Amino acid sequence: MNQWIAFWNIFVKDLKTYYLKPPNISWGLIFPLAWTGMFFVKTGSGLSSIPEVLPGVMAVSILFGTTSMLAVTITFEKKNRSFERLLLAPLSFEILMLAKTSGAILFGILNALVPLFLAVWLTDLSQVAWGVLVPAVFLISVASTFMGLFIAVAVSEVFEAQTFSNFFRFPMIFLCGLFFPVSALPFFLEPVSYLLPLTYGADLLHGALRGEHTLPYLVDLAVLAVFCTGLFAVSLYNIRRRWIA
Amino acid sequence: MPTDPSPAAIQVQGLAKRFDRVQAVSAVDFEVRPGELFGFLGPNGAGKTTTINMLTGLARPDVGTIHISGIDCTKSPRAAQHLIGVVPDESNLYPELTGFGNLCFCAALYGINKAERKSRARELLDTFDLAGAADRKFGGYSKGMKRKLAIAAGIIHRPDILFLDEPTTGIDVASARQLRQLVQVLNKNGTTIFLTTHYIEEAERLCNRIAFIVSGRTIRTDTVDNLIQPVRDTHVLQVTCIGRTGDLAGDLGRTFPDLAFSFPEQGMIRVTSGSPVRVGPLVRFLEDRAVEVTEARKIRPSLEEVFIDITGVKAEIMGREKEKTGGGSR
Repeated sequence: MNQWIAFWNIFVKDLKTYYLKPPNISWGLIFPLAWTGMFFVKTGSGLSSIPEVLPGVMAVSILFGTTSMLAVTITFEKKNRSFERLLLAPLSFEILMLAKTSGAILFGILNALVPLFLAVWLTDLSQVAWGVLVPAVFLISVASTFMGLFIAVAVSEVFEAQTFSNFFRFPMIFLCGLFFPVSALPFFLEPVSYLLPLTYGADLLHGALRGEHTLPYLVDLAVLAVFCTGLFAVSLYNIRRRWIA
Repeated sequence: MPTDPSPAAIQVQGLAKRFDRVQAVSAVDFEVRPGELFGFLGPNGAGKTTTINMLTGLARPDVGTIHISGIDCTKSPRAAQHLIGVVPDESNLYPELTGFGNLCFCAALYGINKAERKSRARELLDTFDLAGAADRKFGGYSKGMKRKLAIAAGIIHRPDILFLDEPTTGIDVASARQLRQLVQVLNKNGTTIFLTTHYIEEAERLCNRIAFIVSGRTIRTDTVDNLIQPVRDTHVLQVTCIGRTGDLAGDLGRTFPDLAFSFPEQGMIRVTSGSPVRVGPLVRFLEDRAVEVTEARKIRPSLEEVFIDITGVKAEIMGREKEKTGGGSR
């Protein structure tokens, strides 16, 4: 059978049912605006500081958009048993879970584009390394989505998904070098930051938008890709172990 | 030596499954033949749903083997999913999609192309008398409509084998009757059906063969005719009366030595005999002892007697389950 028909229909159904609903679209617009406003108020700086603020706002928008949505939608479908319908279909697990996560990946990318489009109007982005920015946004979105999947498989209630997500998200925001450099962290936290996928994503975004990065781009991209593969593989293993026990 | 060219639709041997401290299934064995309507009968908690989950790839057996149409599904639980359709005991369709949308989506999961899934969805909505509600959201459907759409979704890809888990539980009498007719039509058209139910009459009415499952074990598997045979020639009379009846057991036994008496509840006497029971002498006997007879009814021996006899499950337990779940089997 043509598994891609199933893939496409799961993807489209999720987009229509969850991601492109008005509340989520407004979330995608308001969330980055709120973060941007917060930075301006906090730093008291003007439009010239947008390139400094942009990597953080983009990364946080992706991280929160993907993990929130995916953890909740998968937990919701598991709870109301419609996920069972998918498990009963003659689809490979890999295709099934890729289909379930593709909507969230796209949602994450769109979330990142909102502050970027605003920045295009407000400041000069001619120095941006688009060849780095595009794969960076994509890989951050994939890694965050798969983290959301990992969380969704670990919990059984929708409210647990949100709580458990925050357990990962908030420490990650402060340890990944988005808002202050990893080198400025206490010595015992520095190694921890290199265990987080967002550290490599943040390094890429800083490099692409401001030209300042710690690791070579290829290393950042490769490590992010490894995180994506690892998180996906662990999540699939957990689904098989916990949901088809 | 001649060999059977078509393998069993479902073949299960020594199936067992444990969840933490609960042994949900401990010894399940049966074989379902192609084209058969096979009943899996047992009280709630007997292990019916766990067995279905193992057969459909939603759970992994701890011990035992499963073959679906000759495919070994023991190690690869999802290997035969293209051959099966599943209608679970609770709806697993999408409340936010319309009836038509749900069917089209389910068809897409089996790789059916757009034009075919639309025409198949319309055909099934017509068959299940849901065409008028095609564009309504599934979440707003009544229980009976939800159940019908769930069955339609289960057969959207024309499976060889359909698993129906408690299809008439909790729905009204008219919908239950309509569903049973649809199940019979599906089976007549060649679909092998594996039906779990705790409604004994439903299993008796629909199934070719039945397996009894109690406490995770299959106790007996046979055709309905063979199962009923021992009680087929038995005559049962149920007498309802006002007054103390329990004290009369000894007197009744001495006066009517050819009859067997039981007292299922206060004010009720059940008389069993190998020959027709004469009502007159019995009524006179009771009225002479100040017991007023309000009703004497001949009961057709049914699978219920056999089930109770074989499994040891009390009639009241199955009765209570009917009440709990809405009693769709009438």
